[in-house]
Amino acid sequence: MTKAKTAPKAAPKAAAKTAVKAAKAAPAVKSVDASGDELVFTRPEAMVDRATHYCPGCHHGIAHRLVAELLDEMELTDKTIAASSIGCSVFLYNYIKADTVESPHGRAPAVATGIKRARPDKFVFTYQGDGDLASIGMAEIMHAANRGERITVVFVNNTVYGMTGGQMAPTTLIGQRTTTCPGGRCKDREGAPIRMAEIIAQLGGVAFCARGSLDSVKNIRQAKKYMRKAFEAQTTGQGFGFIELLAGCPTNWRMTPVAANKRITDEMIPYFPLGVYKDLEADGTCGSMIAPGAAGGEAGGK
Amino acid sequence: MSRITVSEERCKGCLLCTLVCPVTIIRQSERINQHGYKVAEVPADDMAKCTGCASCATICPDVAIEVWRGKKAKKAA
Amino acid sequence: MADKKERLFVKGNEAIAMGALAAGCKCFFGYPITPQNDIPEFMSKAMVEAGGEFVQAESEVAAANMLLGAGACGIRAMTSSSSPGMSLKQEAISYMAGSEVPAVIVNMNRGGPGLGDIGPSQGDYFQSTRGGGHGDYRLLVLAPSSAQEAYDMTFDAFDLAFASRNPVLILGDAIIGQMKEPITPREPKKVDPNEGADWRLIGAPVKGKGKRAHRVIKSLFLMDGELAGQNMKLQAKYDAWKKMVDFETFQVKDAELVVVAFGSIGRIAKNAVRSLRAKGKKVGLFRPKTLYPFPEKQLEKLAKEGKRFLTIEHNLGQMVEDVRLSVRKYGDSDLFCVYPGNMPSPDDFEAPILKALGRK
Ligand SMILES: Cc1ncc(C[n+]2csc(CCOP(=O)(O)OP(=O)(O)O)c2C)c(N)n1
Ligand code: SF4
Ligand code: SF4
Ligand code: SF4
Ligand SMILES: [Mg+2]
Repeated sequence: MTKAKTAPKAAPKAAAKTAVKAAKAAPAVKSVDASGDELVFTRPEAMVDRATHYCPGCHHGIAHRLVAELLDEMELTDKTIAASSIGCSVFLYNYIKADTVESPHGRAPAVATGIKRARPDKFVFTYQGDGDLASIGMAEIMHAANRGERITVVFVNNTVYGMTGGQMAPTTLIGQRTTTCPGGRCKDREGAPIRMAEIIAQLGGVAFCARGSLDSVKNIRQAKKYMRKAFEAQTTGQGFGFIELLAGCPTNWRMTPVAANKRITDEMIPYFPLGVYKDLEADGTCGSMIAPGAAGGEAGGK
Repeated sequence: MSRITVSEERCKGCLLCTLVCPVTIIRQSERINQHGYKVAEVPADDMAKCTGCASCATICPDVAIEVWRGKKAKKAA
Repeated sequence: MADKKERLFVKGNEAIAMGALAAGCKCFFGYPITPQNDIPEFMSKAMVEAGGEFVQAESEVAAANMLLGAGACGIRAMTSSSSPGMSLKQEAISYMAGSEVPAVIVNMNRGGPGLGDIGPSQGDYFQSTRGGGHGDYRLLVLAPSSAQEAYDMTFDAFDLAFASRNPVLILGDAIIGQMKEPITPREPKKVDPNEGADWRLIGAPVKGKGKRAHRVIKSLFLMDGELAGQNMKLQAKYDAWKKMVDFETFQVKDAELVVVAFGSIGRIAKNAVRSLRAKGKKVGLFRPKTLYPFPEKQLEKLAKEGKRFLTIEHNLGQMVEDVRLSVRKYGDSDLFCVYPGNMPSPDDFEAPILKALGRK
C-alpha cells in the first residue's frame, strides 16, 4: 500500500525517524504469519472495530475507511479534530478514532474554522453529505474555502438526502426520482444539479480540489490519492483541501448495491466528471497565499 | 498462499466484492448472519486461486475482508 | 500592580471588547450589525495583537458555529451581535448548550421585531433568559448598566463559561454600547493553559503516553434514556446556578414601592427613584444583574415584607413575568413599558412610579 510520501520535508534524520514510527504505526499491515504470508489489507488503526449502522452497499463505509487509512499513514490521528455533520454520517465519531465536534446541519466548515483558528497546529477535517454541504451549508463551505482555511473537507455526494429518507438534493440528477420529486427532477422547476468540485476550485483559498468516485476498485484507489492530496494541502500549509466523492445510496435509490454502483458509473460520472480541479502545488503557485491570521493585522481603513 | 478472510459478523451481503475479484472466486454463501445478511465466501477449493490483489477488500464498504498475500505472489496492489 | 489605577474613557462596546481581551479571549468571530460594530472593529486589531484570531464570518450563523468549534477546543472565544443576528445564532447556541461548550456571546439589543430599528431595546429578554433556540436549555445571562459593569461582566463571563461549561450571554443595548464613560480596567487574567483539559478536544493520543479514547462533543443522544439523562444533568447545572444571582438594590429598606428594572433602564430608573426620594417618596430600586438565574428569592423576600412592585422595561412586558412569578405568594407587580422605538428618560418614569405608589 502507499506509504513513503507521508514524511514531511525535513532533515533526513528526522525523516528517517518518521519512517520508523510509521512502521510501528501500522503493525497490522506488517503482519506476517507462520508461512511467511503477509497481511496486506486489514482495518485501519484509526477505525473503530465495530459494525456500522450503514445500509448494505452504502459507500459511507468506504469513505470512512479511506479517511482512517490516511490518518494512519500520515500519522495524524493524535492531532486530528474532526467536525462531523448531519446526515447518515452523523455517527462518524462512532467509527473514526478522532476527537470530534458534532456540527449543526451544514455548518461543519464554520465549526472547523473555529477549531483551526483555536488550534492551528491540529489537523482539522469535515465530513459532509451533499444535502449538508451543497444546500443548507452552501455559504459556510464557500467562505471557508475562499478564506483558505487550513482545513480539509471530505464531501460525499450521493445525490439524495439519505438520512431523512431520500428527498431531492441539490445534486439530484435530472430525471432522478426522489420522494420530493416523484416525477423525476425537472431542470425548469428544480434547477440543474450542482457541481461542487467545479465551484470550489474557483475560490481563492483552495489549494487542492478534486472529484473521485467510490464505484470501482480503480476509482477508489484514485480517490484515495486525491484525498491524500487534500490532506496534504492542509498539512503543508498550502490552503484549503477539498475532495468530492461520488457515492451510492442503494436504499434511497431503490436499487441493489450492485445496480447502484453501476448507476454511478453510467449516470453520475458523465455528469460529475472525475479528476483534479485545482492543484496549487502542481500549478507551482503555492506559497503565494497569505495564511489566515498572518494577514489579520491589517485591520484596513475604516 | 494468498487468501482472504471474510468476517461473517461484519459482512452485509452487498456482493460488491463478488464483482471485482479478477479470478471470480467470491460468491454468496447460504449462511445468514445474526443481522440477517447472507454472507460472502470463497469456497475452500477456490482459495488457492486468490492473487492477494485486495480488490475485494478495497470495495467492501464494511471492512469485512482481510487479505493475506503469499510470499511468492509479490506485488499486485 | 500597586494602586496606580488606570482610568479609561470608552464606549460600552469598547469596554466589552477590552474586558474580553483582559480575560484572555483568544478568538473573536463577528459580523457587522449596528449597534455593536465597535466590538468587532476593536477586536479585528486587538485580537491579532494579542496573538489570537479574528474572523469576520460570512454570517451570524457561521460566527456562532465558529464559536462552537473554538470553544470545543477549550479556547476562550467570543462573538457579538445585535437582535436580528442573535436570531441567526440560536441553532449553534442550542448545540453549545446541549454539548456543554463554553463561550461568551454578546447581544447589544436593538428594537424589533423584524428589522425594527437600531435604537436601544430590551425586547430580547425572553430570547435571552429562556434559552433562545430549540430545546430545553439556559444561558447564564448578565445585564450591565454601565461601561464599567460591561467590562467587569465580560471579564468574569469567561470564567463562568468555563466553570459551568455553558455559553454565557451579555445582554446590553444601544445605550450601554454607545455611551462613553470612564472605566477602571483590571489586571489581565493569566489563563491556565490546562483549562478544560478533561474534556476539550486537542487530538486523541491513541497510543503511547497519555493514551486515551477519542472524545466527542455532541448533543445527539439516541440511546434509551440517554437524552433524558443529559437533560437531567443540564437541569441540575442550571439549578446550581441559583446561588450565583447578582443584583443591586437602592433605597429599598423602607420603600413601599420597589421599582424592578435591568440594564440601561435600571440605571435610568435609579435616577427617577433618587429624584422621588428627594421629594420624600418611599420608593426604591431593585436591579437584577443576572437575568438568568433570576433573583427570585430576593424579590420574594421583599414581597413578604409587604412591599409592592413596579417593573419598568424597554419592551412590551417580559421581565415582569419573572417578577410576578417571584412575588406571587405575597403580591404582584405593576408594569410600565417603554415601547421599543421610543427613547426612555427618567422624567417619563416618575409619573408611573407615583401612580403605582399611590395605588393600594
Ligand atoms: C437545521 C436542520 N434541518 C434539517 C435537518 C434534517 N436533516 C437531517 S440529515 C438531513 C439531510 C442529510 O443529507 P446529506 O447531507 O445528503 O447526507 P446523507 O444522509 O445523504 O449522507 C436533513 C435535512 C436537520 N437535522 N437540521
Ligand atoms: S440511507 Fe443511503 S446514505 Fe444512508 S446509510 Fe443507507 S445507503 Fe447509506
Ligand atoms: S484478494 Fe483479489 S483474488 Fe483474492 S479474493 Fe480478493 S479480489 Fe479475489
Ligand atoms: S463487499 Fe463486504 S459486505 Fe459486501 S458482500 Fe463482500 S464481504 Fe460482504
Ligand atoms: Mg446525501
